[in-house]
Amino acid sequence: MSLVTTIYTALFYFATAILLVGVARKIYIYASTPAPLKIPTTPAPTTRSGVVYRMLKEVILFESLFKSNKWIWLFGWTFHMAMWAVLARHLRYFMEPVAGLITLIQPIGIYAGFGMLLGLGGLFARRIFVERIRYISAPSDYLMLLLIIGIAATGLLMKFVEHTDVIAVKAFTLGLVYFDIQPMPEDPILMVHLASVAFLMIIFPISKLLHAPGVFFSPTRNQADNPREQRHLSPWAAELEKN
Amino acid sequence: MAKAKFETPELKEFPEIPAIQVGAMAHSKPFFAKPAHQEDLGFPTELPDDWKEIVIAKMGELLKKYRGLQVYLDTCVKCGACTDKCHYFLGTADPKNMPVARQDLLRAVYRRYFTFAGKYFPKLVGAVDLTKEVLDDWYSYFHQCSQCRRCSVYCPYGIDTAEVSMAAREILDSVGMGQKYCNEIIAKVYKIGNNLGLPGPALIDTMEGIEEDVKDETGIDVKYPVDVVGADVLLVTPSADFFAEPHVDGLIGYGKVFHEAGISWTVSSHASEAANFGMFIGSYENMRKVALRIREAAIELKVKRIVIGECGHAWRVAYSFLNTLAGPFDFLDQNYPIPQHIIEVTHGLIQEGKLTFDKSANDHLNITFHDSCNVARASRMGNTPGGQFRLPREVIKAVANNFYDMAPETIHENTFCCGGGGGLLTDDLIELRVKGAMPRMQALKQVVDEHDVNHLVAICAICKSQFSKTLPYYEFPMDMIGSLHALVSNAIQLGTKD
Ligand code: HEM
Ligand code: HEM
Ligand code: SF4
Ligand code: SF4
Repeated sequence: MSLVTTIYTALFYFATAILLVGVARKIYIYASTPAPLKIPTTPAPTTRSGVVYRMLKEVILFESLFKSNKWIWLFGWTFHMAMWAVLARHLRYFMEPVAGLITLIQPIGIYAGFGMLLGLGGLFARRIFVERIRYISAPSDYLMLLLIIGIAATGLLMKFVEHTDVIAVKAFTLGLVYFDIQPMPEDPILMVHLASVAFLMIIFPISKLLHAPGVFFSPTRNQADNPREQRHLSPWAAELEKN
Repeated sequence: MAKAKFETPELKEFPEIPAIQVGAMAHSKPFFAKPAHQEDLGFPTELPDDWKEIVIAKMGELLKKYRGLQVYLDTCVKCGACTDKCHYFLGTADPKNMPVARQDLLRAVYRRYFTFAGKYFPKLVGAVDLTKEVLDDWYSYFHQCSQCRRCSVYCPYGIDTAEVSMAAREILDSVGMGQKYCNEIIAKVYKIGNNLGLPGPALIDTMEGIEEDVKDETGIDVKYPVDVVGADVLLVTPSADFFAEPHVDGLIGYGKVFHEAGISWTVSSHASEAANFGMFIGSYENMRKVALRIREAAIELKVKRIVIGECGHAWRVAYSFLNTLAGPFDFLDQNYPIPQHIIEVTHGLIQEGKLTFDKSANDHLNITFHDSCNVARASRMGNTPGGQFRLPREVIKAVANNFYDMAPETIHENTFCCGGGGGLLTDDLIELRVKGAMPRMQALKQVVDEHDVNHLVAICAICKSQFSKTLPYYEFPMDMIGSLHALVSNAIQLGTKD
């Protein structure tokens, strides 16, 4: 096994472990921390199914963001939806045979990469040029965008400029999945692409990327507005009633 | 007291997002609570030597007790969508009044002591060490948040800066840095039963005075009862309703509505206060203690229903929290919502045709309505979401002819805070209050110019007091502000139904 293959294999197992354990740990913390008071931002749905509908609108359409700021919405939503398309397209590296649906979306996926760049570029420009957003940005906020821009850019380079041996890539990724290590193609652009992806996976559970699981646990969005109908009592608050 | 030196913001023709002015409000901070009041609430009286450890421990405790806090501190992506949504930012241009920047004051310390990235790469992620300067900044800027939740409407994750402010204030209290206005008032509730420190006998006096006035004006014996055992309804209303202008006209209206509908009611001298400042300081224990007084009064007076008067945060505590804090209310009549808002009562009676009005009694008024933030974004009225917007407007339209809403982006859940909510309604913060009122004043000016509006109706004791004080700064008459039930009171025809 070459050094590159060894490093990338180890890196990906490590990154996957950090991502899974880290996010699972955070989800456990969010799920097990009580929300002692009913604090949905009203008007809010009064039923569970209403809450699911509200949440879907937030996650799929970014509804609140749309109300809030059309430019951020446009760039942010474009970036996220394009990313989902790209990720779905990438599933072909991890399955054999490739599921019908994934084959179907391959053509959309190709251009989605540009959508990502467009959205990310817009967000980056706002971060630099809008004074208020510049004020609230830490170095990590810029670097996060640059990292994902780097991933998308190297991906597009491989797709449109310096083709890489995708068959070999697939052999490598499938090998990771089935614990049957295959050589990693030593193509510099691919190496940058994959190192960046691994880095993104590693920082996911220790960065603001936690917004992805976090949004589902936000009490202002996931609580039903029914405090008069149903008494809501958290365990620690119930303790207070004993004395 | 010397007149505060500051400029009242100019009302522009169109709302503008100001360019940031770093430190513009760094000097603003409320008076500290006196040791006696800190003690009454069970807080230390001065900054202990080991305050750093206490602050970090308290933060850790709150992170475990409140999922909202934990999730909000983690998930903000600094997208910036909330940066132009806070009335205090719009009115002061101080960037630390942008909701995300306000959260960041606490988040920076959270990251430093509770997260991997902040522990090992503080500069990279904007984490900071806890210092006395940081603590002072908290005291200043978490008392520049009225906990109005406007930011939470617009944040893609619903991040609620009010929750962060409450946590920060609770931490500050735990190291002896309490705020005078809030803590003094809570202490008064414990000792006397209401925010104003109005004792039982004085309350009875006041209510008798109101009875006489109403009799003089209408010739009818409308009762304003105190501590009547066996009444159907316990009315819990903000104590300002007992004598402050224009609040009292609202109380007069509630009495007339009950009278006309033949509902027996009473206020309680034990729970003569709907306000619950325990919420403002983020203290569950204090909020619960204040709320339990309502339960005790309901049991003692053997009432069947609890009705809450016109007050914003009080309605939030009643609607959203009372069942949690002081429930279950299985001893009350389950056919009525528990608790019920006075507007729900009046609205219901109007629907049933039990009240008659002469709308022309309000014809001299061109009316607009200010949605109070806590009613709009933290509660509901009626059975359907948004009832908190519909019901008050329907009542106004049932009792008056001339109603004009302000611009859509400034009403309903988008409403701008009056500028005095969240425990900031104190003279030591007058600059903040005047500047924070600017966005609402702007929207008001528009309807004044377009529709000759001359009357601003609110359903919150804090809003009413705040507007009485701030309207003149913007060259509007002080008495432009009124209670919703004052309109009802003007128009109601007593003695027409049996
Ligand atoms: C449940 C899934 C997700 C939802 C609902 C969601 C939603 C959002 C929203 C509403 C924003 C703010 C607007 C914007 O700047 O785009 C945002 C920002 C961001 N999201 Fe997500 N997201 C999700 C998953 C992800 C994932 C998996 C990534 C991983 C790469 C990601 C990366 C980002 C980044 C980097 C930003 C900050 C953009 C900036 O700096 O302005 N998101 N997300
Ligand atoms: C282990 C994970 C990954 C592998 C093995 C991988 C591999 C590849 C390869 C081989 C290509 C070139 C495709 C071609 O020439 O047809 C590519 C393209 C691309 N990749 Fe990745 N990638 C991974 C993860 C990601 C992630 C997480 C993102 C985004 C956050 C991403 C974004 C892109 C984009 C935007 C393109 C160009 C458009 C496209 O072909 O879909 N990749 N990737
Ligand atoms: S809108 Fe929400 S996520 Fe965006 S900066 Fe403000 S608080 Fe953070
Ligand atoms: S809760 Fe209201 S006052 Fe506080 S930061 Fe948000 S918008 Fe501003």
